[in-house]
Amino acid sequence: MRIPVDTVMVQQRADSFARRSIKTESKQQGLRLALSMIDLTTLEGKDSPEKVRSLCAKAINPWEGTIDPPLPSVAAVCVYPSLVRVAKHSLQGSSVAVASVATGFPSGQYPIDVRLNDVEEAVRAGADEIDMVINRGAFLSGDFGEVSDEISRVRGVCGTAHLKIILETGELETLENIRIASELSIRAAANAGPIKDGEVFIKTSTGKISPAATMPVTLVMLEVIRDYYEETGIRIGMKPAGGIKTAKQALHYLVMVKETLGNDWLTKSLFRFGASSLTNDVLRQLVRQHTGRYAATYDFSEA
Amino acid sequence: MSRLTVPKTYKLYIGGKFPRTESGRSLAIENQKGETVAHICHGSRKDFREAVESANKAFGAWSGVTGYLRGQIMYRMAEMLEGRREEFVAAIMVTSNVTVSAARKEVDASVDRLVRFAGWTDKHQQIIGCANAVAGDYYNFTVPQPQGVVVALSPKTPPLLGLVTCIAAPLCSGNTVVAIGSDSHPIPTAILGEVCQTSDVPAGVINILTGYQKDIIEHVATHRQVAAVYASDLSKKDRVILEEGGSESMKRLHFVSVDEETWYDNSAMASPWEVEPFVEHKTIWHPSAC
Amino acid sequence: MTTQEQHDPVGWEYSPAPEQIKVHIEPKNKLFINGAFVSPKSRSWFSTINPSNEQKLADIACAGKADVNNAVLAAKKALPKWSKMCGSVRAKYLYRIARRIQERARELAILETMDGGKPIKESRDVDIPLAAQHFFYYAGWADKLEYAFPGRSISPVGVCAQIIPWNFPLLMAAWKLAPALACGNTCILKPAETTSLTALRLAEIIQEVGLPEGVVNIVTGAGDTGKILAEHKTVNKVAFTGSTEVGKLLMRSTAGSGKKLTLELGGKSANIIFADAAIDQAVEGIISGIYFNQGHVCCAGSRLFVEESIVSEVIQKLKHRLQSLRVGDPLDKNTDLGAINSKAQLKTVQQYIRTGVDEGAEFHEVHQDRLPSKGYWCNPCFFTEVQPSHTIAREEIFGPVLSVMTFRTPQEALTRANNSPYGLAAGIWTDKGSKIFEMAKQIDAGVVWCNTYNKFDAASPFGGFKESGFGREGGMQGLRPYIRLQNTSGRMK
Repeated sequence: MRIPVDTVMVQQRADSFARRSIKTESKQQGLRLALSMIDLTTLEGKDSPEKVRSLCAKAINPWEGTIDPPLPSVAAVCVYPSLVRVAKHSLQGSSVAVASVATGFPSGQYPIDVRLNDVEEAVRAGADEIDMVINRGAFLSGDFGEVSDEISRVRGVCGTAHLKIILETGELETLENIRIASELSIRAAANAGPIKDGEVFIKTSTGKISPAATMPVTLVMLEVIRDYYEETGIRIGMKPAGGIKTAKQALHYLVMVKETLGNDWLTKSLFRFGASSLTNDVLRQLVRQHTGRYAATYDFSEA
Repeated sequence: MSRLTVPKTYKLYIGGKFPRTESGRSLAIENQKGETVAHICHGSRKDFREAVESANKAFGAWSGVTGYLRGQIMYRMAEMLEGRREEFVAAIMVTSNVTVSAARKEVDASVDRLVRFAGWTDKHQQIIGCANAVAGDYYNFTVPQPQGVVVALSPKTPPLLGLVTCIAAPLCSGNTVVAIGSDSHPIPTAILGEVCQTSDVPAGVINILTGYQKDIIEHVATHRQVAAVYASDLSKKDRVILEEGGSESMKRLHFVSVDEETWYDNSAMASPWEVEPFVEHKTIWHPSAC
Repeated sequence: MTTQEQHDPVGWEYSPAPEQIKVHIEPKNKLFINGAFVSPKSRSWFSTINPSNEQKLADIACAGKADVNNAVLAAKKALPKWSKMCGSVRAKYLYRIARRIQERARELAILETMDGGKPIKESRDVDIPLAAQHFFYYAGWADKLEYAFPGRSISPVGVCAQIIPWNFPLLMAAWKLAPALACGNTCILKPAETTSLTALRLAEIIQEVGLPEGVVNIVTGAGDTGKILAEHKTVNKVAFTGSTEVGKLLMRSTAGSGKKLTLELGGKSANIIFADAAIDQAVEGIISGIYFNQGHVCCAGSRLFVEESIVSEVIQKLKHRLQSLRVGDPLDKNTDLGAINSKAQLKTVQQYIRTGVDEGAEFHEVHQDRLPSKGYWCNPCFFTEVQPSHTIAREEIFGPVLSVMTFRTPQEALTRANNSPYGLAAGIWTDKGSKIFEMAKQIDAGVVWCNTYNKFDAASPFGGFKESGFGREGGMQGLRPYIRLQNTSGRMK
């Protein structure tokens, strides 16, 4: 199962994506695409129904101004399980999905029954997507069987909800661990039942640990997805989360997805950005392209 | 009535053995009084070719052994030479008009020269190699490695010290050697093989030919298996032969031209800068990251 | 990848991103002799063209015998003062050159790309920064030379004739000039016929920084100019980078002259991938090994040896990766492979491809797009079913053409890799440390890239074994070709 990964060359390749020059038409198109792939996220202890409602409004209609053609909604709103109902209600009739973190997010340091229950509650409350965390303690101690088994059980209680498996790459530390964890997660999810394209994602981070998503980490995960596709014909999704704050960064990620997996993956059903502040930077760039002027930060609503 | 002597015909030293020349020709060696005292082999192109074959065969193993072991073997050569000191003094004096003390000085210096180079076998790397601070996440270091078969064309004088130096310098970094000794004072050359053979030098690592350098130099120049040449006292014509002929296989050519006294100077003739012409610098990169 | 089910992906393509800055090019480019730009006494000029569109860029002076002679005499005249100048002062001139290269980087990169056809991405990110680094690195040596040669006193070699190739025009100029100047030599540089422009821009920089007249002279022209220069009596040293064929001729023609010689010649470097390697990164190494600079790289990893058990996986990944390489306008910032440097070189490459097919190797080319109708173009490609005896496995092609072969054991890999008159570089890909060191030790190559390829640095010596030439450029060892060593007791004749 172990396939070596050489960090420096991964870094070099990742840097090469950032050197692509995305201008004019392709920039416009890329930014709209990026916007449509955002999981607008709030995961704080002080989150309130009011905050979630305003986040949902922003998710459906990211910008108050008019632009032609109209801007897409973001892909999903991502909240804690206790706020799923609020989000579901606010998003009714829109294309925006409700994603809920679960399984004792962000640490996952709870008994498995509690974690499974957490998922069931979120699904029952209407979550379309579950963002679970893997058991890093078990992983780092080499107990891959336990990690794998838990993932399978979580997928088993997801029902029709899509599953995003958070590796928390910042805690796994090495690219080799990340490669192993990615493969293990995909296979564990597949063990619980056949996967249709986009039903299962692997995701870098909770956003609570630094470093969160980076280009090299994402590249290694994309390569696992590519290899799995070559082997099975099944398309697994990818979600880098945390640390992607600028439109420019988002475009670099899209370049990386395009050149590693091809245009097929350039859709929200297979690629997401877990982010909050990214939205306004993407909007700024889009509006700048539209109006020819740079907008001020206060020109965009805080979600 | 005086006893009829048994004059010796000295043989070549190739591949750890003492063959006669394939040419079937020999040269008479006369002493100072003009009496023929011995014969040496008149080494030929084919002898040279054989010697290069042996040296090439021996290269893999010799370049692969540790510097420490090469050092011990070269030190053993010094021990054996020291033990035959008076024989070599006499050998020098057969054809050279030098005093006993001068001949002794040369033999002693030759022993010391071997000891000197024996010490460089595992140290020259640390003087002429290095770690390189490249601007990136890489370990990068440059290590000297041997070139292969080196031909040593040693000077006319000092015959033994010159020969020993021209052999030892390429030897210590792991090259194997085909040496062609002094034309005019061949006896020390002819018996040095015996020192090699009795001092654990693996067969083929050192090969020694007698005869005329001029007979063989064209072949030295054009033989593609010869990686490098250490030549001293060459005429301009011979240099041109080596450079023109050597161009075809990109031979590394190291010419020295020094006075006799300088051959005795360790700092001039046995420093890392005499080892360096017979190494290839190999630079190795490897990424450094978890 | 082919779509199996319907999604809503967009066919996101990159818009053209051409470099916008226009660089002025003089219609007539003169010789740089004794600190001034002078018209050639030969009254002869030749044109330089942009290989990506075959448009003429400018006229370049063709230096004849009298011009070369003037340049050599200027260098000779400048030698005493320059060589005796305090090392720390020489250093400052070199630092200034490094800085000016950095400050004029964009202009130089654009010019390099227009004149030579290489992608702007590479001239911008590799050629020009490395050229500056070389001057910066060797500037620092100028007042520290005695520490590089313990036990010896040192002096410069003298007047150096330096002849450089067209694949990395400015960078090669830097590789040659920087160490020579640091050591106190004076130089006459001859750029390659098809790529003179950046060297002449460097001459401007040399004027700007106030380098004493005659210390660097630049004579443009073709092979004849180079020959006159190398054979000039007053020249003490010839440094050449180019083909093995010309290198051998130079060694012959300088025989008996007492000139010091360093030769940086061709290669057919082995890139060896073991089954236990990090495969995805190894594939990156294949790409940068053979397609960097359209394969116009003397150390290109043009012979790929893959352990038999992973060969189909590697080929599949290589094909996949090749699809993302973009061939086209060298000035477009997203171009990965630019134009072949000249018509003649394109012909050579195409001939080798035909030979490869004729000899029975299987040709692979994933790019189906039509190449521009003007200019010299060759898609990146590779051959499988290659036998070691095939021409494409033995001869340097100097183009984006890879020969793929297999092996089963480390010993077989070594034997095959070393079965070549060349010995410039090698790549080794394995996750096993001890295997790396053993392979690195046994392989006949002056540069061994382990789990990487085509990395260059001013501090890292570069140069070959066997018929890839002799002498090193870069690093401490790169000083040696420009220094005469004397025993401190001074008795060397």
